Amino acid sequence: MKNLLLAGFGGQGILFAGKQLALAGMEADKHISWLPSYGPEMRGGTANCSVIISDEPIGSPLVTKPDILIAMNGPSFDKFIDKVVPGGIVLVDSSLVSQKTDRTDITVVYIPATVMANENDLVGGANVIMLGQLMKVSKLFDFDFFVECVVGETAKKKPKLAENNKKALNLGYNF
Amino acid sequence: MAKKVLMKGNEALAEAAIRSGCRLFFGYPITPQTELSEYLAKNMPKVDGLCLQAESEIAAINMVLGAASTGARVFTSSSSPGISLKSEGISYIVGSDLPCVIINVQRGGPGLGGIQPAQQDYYQATKALGHGDMHFIVLAPAYVQEMATLVGEAFDLADIYRMPVMILADGALGQMMEPVDFEAKRQRVLPEKTWATTGHGGKRPHNIVNSLYINPDELERIILERYERYKEIEEKEVLFDTYMADDADILIVSYGITARIAKTAINMAREKGIKVGLFRPITLWPYPSKQLAEYADKVNAFLSLEMNMGQMTDDVKVATSCKKPVYHYGRTGGVIPTPDEVLEQIVKISEGGAK
Repeated sequence: MKNLLLAGFGGQGILFAGKQLALAGMEADKHISWLPSYGPEMRGGTANCSVIISDEPIGSPLVTKPDILIAMNGPSFDKFIDKVVPGGIVLVDSSLVSQKTDRTDITVVYIPATVMANENDLVGGANVIMLGQLMKVSKLFDFDFFVECVVGETAKKKPKLAENNKKALNLGYNF
Repeated sequence: MAKKVLMKGNEALAEAAIRSGCRLFFGYPITPQTELSEYLAKNMPKVDGLCLQAESEIAAINMVLGAASTGARVFTSSSSPGISLKSEGISYIVGSDLPCVIINVQRGGPGLGGIQPAQQDYYQATKALGHGDMHFIVLAPAYVQEMATLVGEAFDLADIYRMPVMILADGALGQMMEPVDFEAKRQRVLPEKTWATTGHGGKRPHNIVNSLYINPDELERIILERYERYKEIEEKEVLFDTYMADDADILIVSYGITARIAKTAINMAREKGIKVGLFRPITLWPYPSKQLAEYADKVNAFLSLEMNMGQMTDDVKVATSCKKPVYHYGRTGGVIPTPDEVLEQIVKISEGGAK
């Protein structure tokens, strides 16, 4: 079972990124749940979402001790870094988070996703870049399978967005 | 098996209603259930249905009363404060013996309270949502899949027993996404709606839908007839689920989202060698009292786990004739208990030290 927590500002595509993981989990025939914060957070403050991908039916959908944390702003990093379980993985958007952790019992990747997105004509795509890197460090899903899931989800309605997402996933994966 | 779709609980409720043949929705938006009316606004017109945003909750529930009088499948949805506003209309619907589905995606109260998930409307839903001697069926889903399945059940039960059926969910279930298979549903035989006010065309005496009976003998007769139906429902329609309950020393009684938190805590407790299980009422009215009573001689203690201050505790005590201690643990006002907190309670009870 993998407990994932994605956190950042509202508007960064945190919930979208979480949904892509949930969809891929569903495609892979896993039990999955996706629980967003829906309070004042989503009206401009911090947004986060809990995603669980499991072989067993899921109990509590709220992730309090993540195996994987994606932190896309400073407040989220501060709030959740100590909650990550030993042996867990943390991905930090280092363009927006200046903090570093002293913890040595977890794998931490600092990736300047927002800067990478802006430099590659992918404004707003930092979330997907993070997902690309996540596939590399966590092996949560096979990379090609995951690309297919994300692209398949958007290809029909928004072909340009699908193309951008593919580019962003590759950028993240190859970082 | 049909392909599963990933959906929010609120959307699954809406889609399931459409698939149950319901073409009429009257509501007024409120967090955290608004996705439901948003979904219907988009999708009801595609099936020639009507999704109407009324001027208020009170207007919406009375539109439901009117539509239900014609025998049409109809539903409304709200969250806690909005349901309170609908209570007068709900009593009238019960008094008129009309079928409809009412959804409550609960949030914190009292008053406007908050917008985070809660289960603080248990008393209201199961004991006193309207004036008069009255009940209606209350279903408590715990999974997005169940939100879909129970909506279909709710419409059928409403038609069979001619009464409102409430789906009592909460903000977490409404907002979360899980895979849903809409084909999974029990098929029932439904009675013809001979009472509906559809125009008699001169071929039969006209039907009247009414909740006013000036003659007390007549009103008493009607209430007694209704209670016969309630008895039948209590015998036939009780739903519950269990998890690791057979060998349990401690039995958690919990419904909806908290039952899932209980499951996670149970797994953690079992790893510590504490025999704990779950009894999950799915019908909150009728309450699965008989089924819960069977555990009174087997377990050492009950733990009623809810997101409120202990509203279900009395039902557990009554069902089990107070044979064993009934503890309560809950968070309230929109705070979701963590599995760790629940585990702490389980450990305390197993050591005999709980309050």
